[in-house]
Amino acid sequence: MTPLVSLRGASLKFGKRVLWEGLDLEINPGEFFAVLGPNGSGKTSFLKVLLGLQELHSGHVELGGRPVERGSRQIGYIPQQKSFAPDTPLRARDLVGLGIDGHRWGLRLSGKSVNRRIDELLDLVGASDYAKVPLGQLSGGEQQRLRVAQALASEPQVLLCDEPLLSLDLHHQLAVSALINQQCHERNSAVVFVTHEINPVIDYVDRVLYLAGGQFRVGTPEEVMTTEVLSELYDSHVEVIRANGRIVVVGLPDATTHFHDDAHTGSAEGH
Amino acid sequence: MDFGTILQTIFNFENYGELLQLVQNSIWAGAVLGLLGGMVGTFVMKRDLAFAVHGISELSFAGAAFALLIGADIVLGSLVGSVAAALLLGVMGVRARDKNSIIGVIMPFGLGLGILFLALYEGRAANKFGLLTGQIVSVDTVQLQALAGTAVVVMILLGLIWRPLSFASVDPDMAEARGVPVRGLAIGFMVLLGVSVALSIQIVGALLVLALLITPAAAALRVSTSPRVVLALSVAFAMTATVGGILLALGSRIPISPYVTTLSFLIYVVCRIIGEVRTRGGHNGRITRPAVSGSPAKVSAGA
Repeated sequence: MTPLVSLRGASLKFGKRVLWEGLDLEINPGEFFAVLGPNGSGKTSFLKVLLGLQELHSGHVELGGRPVERGSRQIGYIPQQKSFAPDTPLRARDLVGLGIDGHRWGLRLSGKSVNRRIDELLDLVGASDYAKVPLGQLSGGEQQRLRVAQALASEPQVLLCDEPLLSLDLHHQLAVSALINQQCHERNSAVVFVTHEINPVIDYVDRVLYLAGGQFRVGTPEEVMTTEVLSELYDSHVEVIRANGRIVVVGLPDATTHFHDDAHTGSAEGH
Repeated sequence: MDFGTILQTIFNFENYGELLQLVQNSIWAGAVLGLLGGMVGTFVMKRDLAFAVHGISELSFAGAAFALLIGADIVLGSLVGSVAAALLLGVMGVRARDKNSIIGVIMPFGLGLGILFLALYEGRAANKFGLLTGQIVSVDTVQLQALAGTAVVVMILLGLIWRPLSFASVDPDMAEARGVPVRGLAIGFMVLLGVSVALSIQIVGALLVLALLITPAAAALRVSTSPRVVLALSVAFAMTATVGGILLALGSRIPISPYVTTLSFLIYVVCRIIGEVRTRGGHNGRITRPAVSGSPAKVSAGA
């Protein structure tokens, strides 16, 4: 099986600060790949590398067997939920339309086929009922469904998700993550899912990349999410507790991983 | 001057037919500039550049005043001033807060320069006044054609970058991830905006440019969020204001700008009222279905 994403000897540094170094990684079609770690550990930078928005310090990164390039149609990108201003001059369907042909020059001349495609995508994510509602009047969860539709517009082979569940309530977290997982299995796409909270997607995750303190581990959640591995990554004692199929990490050394606070502050500082 | 005389000065339709013949060119130019203002205005609103338009127009005024002083072409002077200001804002003001403070700094500077140049100028006082309040009727045919021609070029260029510019304006992070040259488009649009401001100044003057580049689009946004409808309404409003303003001003000796700005303002007020009434009504296009048990109601999620 040819991997969709492949990194070889990849490292990323900002000045003297090493985010990660010597990363060898292959992500395969149909794989749900989670990227975990505290704030500032380079999770979002990892996505930016795949998006072609961030150069590696050294090493190689390929996407579908070719070097990454900005704006690749093989990639679908779901950003952090960031609420649109109430007076944003777009309706739900227009946001999805941007995902279809927003990058092209000129005016949209072939309105019919685009409209048909928008309807299909809205239907796919269950957003048809509010297709014509102004974007600013939709809830965070509804906006995030539209983001999924927008990302799927180009039928991407790789879906990159940057904390897509942040600031959503539990119901919408489940709905959005199920939608993303569905893509993974039905269309055999690879999903790269950046999150600091594994539990909402724990049932879907095949493998985990855990970034912390300039180091990393790759493996299944069972291999990586253990007291020993995380203690070593954080260089201090961290306790991993499993209960009801959920994973709780206790005693993280810095205050950057306060899961529950983030749910409230996340939308305000989205970037 | 009693009220009746004032009214007669404002609305005077004597010899209207003959006058209409004389200003045909102005009406055409007004229509083209209305079209341009309506189009550009939608992007000004999307990109939150209302304040920038004001800043650019003050520097455009300084450029025009300088041209007047040295006897050069006024339209050219105003173009140079506004494009320079627009480029400066495009290059320096990447972050919104930064942009506003830069505008706040250059705006009074531009206005001050303009006043200096006008004070040094020893020609007709009407010329000075025209820069600030509009003068299209006194512009000759050749200049009008140049104005309209430039406006058409700006509209064509705007059409070429329409989709990626819309994407970059309303959803910049996503546009960047999609490979849209967000920064290049921002600077490119500023240049087009600068030219549009310089052209609009010829109709309504430096102080009132906002009536042409912002009010119509802002009014359209009160009544619709559909991009096509907003564009169509914005253009219709702007053209109504310019052409209507020229027609109303025809018989009087008052500059056309108060007519244009008043029409523009009235359209906005009406749209605002329609928008408020609709919001109260609560219709926003959502299809509501009876709640099925187990399917959660539409709850607001941290928005």
